[in-house]
Amino acid sequence: MSISDKDSTDKDITDQNSTDSDTLININHLSSAYGDRQVLNDINLSVEQGEILVIMGGSGSGKSTLLRNMLGLMQPSSGEILFEGKNICHVNKSEMLKLRRKMGVAFQGGALLSSLSVGDNIKLPLRQHTDLDENTINIMARLKLELMSLANFEDLMPSELSGGMLKRAGLARAVIMDPKILFFDEPSAGLDPVTSVELDQLILQLRTAMNMTIVVVTHELESAFTIADRIAVLFDGELVTTGTVDEIKNCTDERVINLINRTPREMKIDADKYLSRLTKGAS
Amino acid sequence: MFAQIEKLGAHTIQIFEEFGRLLMFLGQVIFSVFSRPFGFRDLVKQIAFIGARSMPIILLSGLFTGMVLALQFYDVLARFGSVDLMGSAVSLSLIQELGPVMTALMIIARVGSATCAEIAIMRSEQQFDALTCMAISPFRYVMVPRLLAAIISIPLLTAIFNLIGIVGGYIVGVFIKDLSGTAYMQTIIDTITWSDLRMSIVKSFLFAIIIIWISMGKGFFVHLEKGVSGAEAVGRVTTKAVVASAITMLFADYIASSFLI
Repeated sequence: MSISDKDSTDKDITDQNSTDSDTLININHLSSAYGDRQVLNDINLSVEQGEILVIMGGSGSGKSTLLRNMLGLMQPSSGEILFEGKNICHVNKSEMLKLRRKMGVAFQGGALLSSLSVGDNIKLPLRQHTDLDENTINIMARLKLELMSLANFEDLMPSELSGGMLKRAGLARAVIMDPKILFFDEPSAGLDPVTSVELDQLILQLRTAMNMTIVVVTHELESAFTIADRIAVLFDGELVTTGTVDEIKNCTDERVINLINRTPREMKIDADKYLSRLTKGAS
Repeated sequence: MFAQIEKLGAHTIQIFEEFGRLLMFLGQVIFSVFSRPFGFRDLVKQIAFIGARSMPIILLSGLFTGMVLALQFYDVLARFGSVDLMGSAVSLSLIQELGPVMTALMIIARVGSATCAEIAIMRSEQQFDALTCMAISPFRYVMVPRLLAAIISIPLLTAIFNLIGIVGGYIVGVFIKDLSGTAYMQTIIDTITWSDLRMSIVKSFLFAIIIIWISMGKGFFVHLEKGVSGAEAVGRVTTKAVVASAITMLFADYIASSFLI
């Protein structure tokens, strides 16, 4: 790319910076698909500085796909995602790397590297991206581990941790570089109620302690209502509504009411037809 | 009939697609060799895994291969009254062919399968996504140390296999078949030329790249396995990686031999 090309790209990026200064992420008309299967349809959503936004929805509603798009792990079929005004769908590789350093991601199962100890996993981003000496790296890692109540587990391997500990270790690694925004995929999934509540408290403490913007993807209602400043509800790849916890609780949309009341979808099973098919198969 | 042709066509397209995907994967790994920072610690760790920890099986298999070769050659050479040439026969067979091939097969069994399974599990557990999100290239961090470690370790293991095989031949020839030890060694020195050694070195480099490339690539694309997921997919790609590595290695052996002999 020539210098003039680069200048024009920078200008384009600056032009896109015209969004509200309190908005960290702006998603405009985002659609995404796996092959022929459309998963997200025309999503418009914003993430404000310092807020905890919970993306909520049932299984297959598209929340994880939305998260993968926001992380730049997946290219949308149309639309744009502006992070600090920069369209992450079209930035070059080095620009994307810079943006990634402002993001922290805690994956559902922790996604710790199985060949490294918990401590080495947490130190990995510091070792890769900074020139800090080993002593400082050790201190920083220990601080984050203490914050996650994992101070005595630094030398253990990921396979020796429980599900909740893996999530907390993943969270420690996600915040080790003090990112501007933290993405957390299904913090409560697979955890007992007590550990789940502990993790919710941890997310709230993190926001207070580190003044971080947090995006949480979950299908757990209690967890969402505890931690969220705003909730975005997805249903079958469409954004049904966004609002505060009270607004969501009082929402009149049937799909949101069904989600809150845990009403199962109507199963269209014709018992007679099913039985006749079964007997046909047997004969 | 048409259905069978259609099936064959679909299968052929699938093979070409997979080969193309693996080639692009190799290109990305080679491109990442030149990116920074270089993971020296990871390289040493992988050399220890591929090289040092493979030593016992290489020593054992090399010794027994050399011993069996000596027994076989003694029987054949005795019919022609040329048992004095046993040193040459054993060493040439080992250096030109059996050393690189047997070492490669041992490495496929020990390292290729483990590498493929490890990478497939990393993929399934979103560890590559995690690396990407940490602005760390999975190719540079995970693949490059393995590729370089294989390129460094496998030729060295092949050389050790050749040496220990010659020692095995010596044990059988001198201590069991009462041949002259000096004659055994002298015929080796007289026969082996630089071109024989070059063939061994070239083949071992080639096999190193093939083994690690296919093992890593198959593991990396575990999510594209049709109809299976999780542990079953990991098991399936590992089996495929071992079979594909062995067949590709033997095919490359034929090509390399036809150019180098």
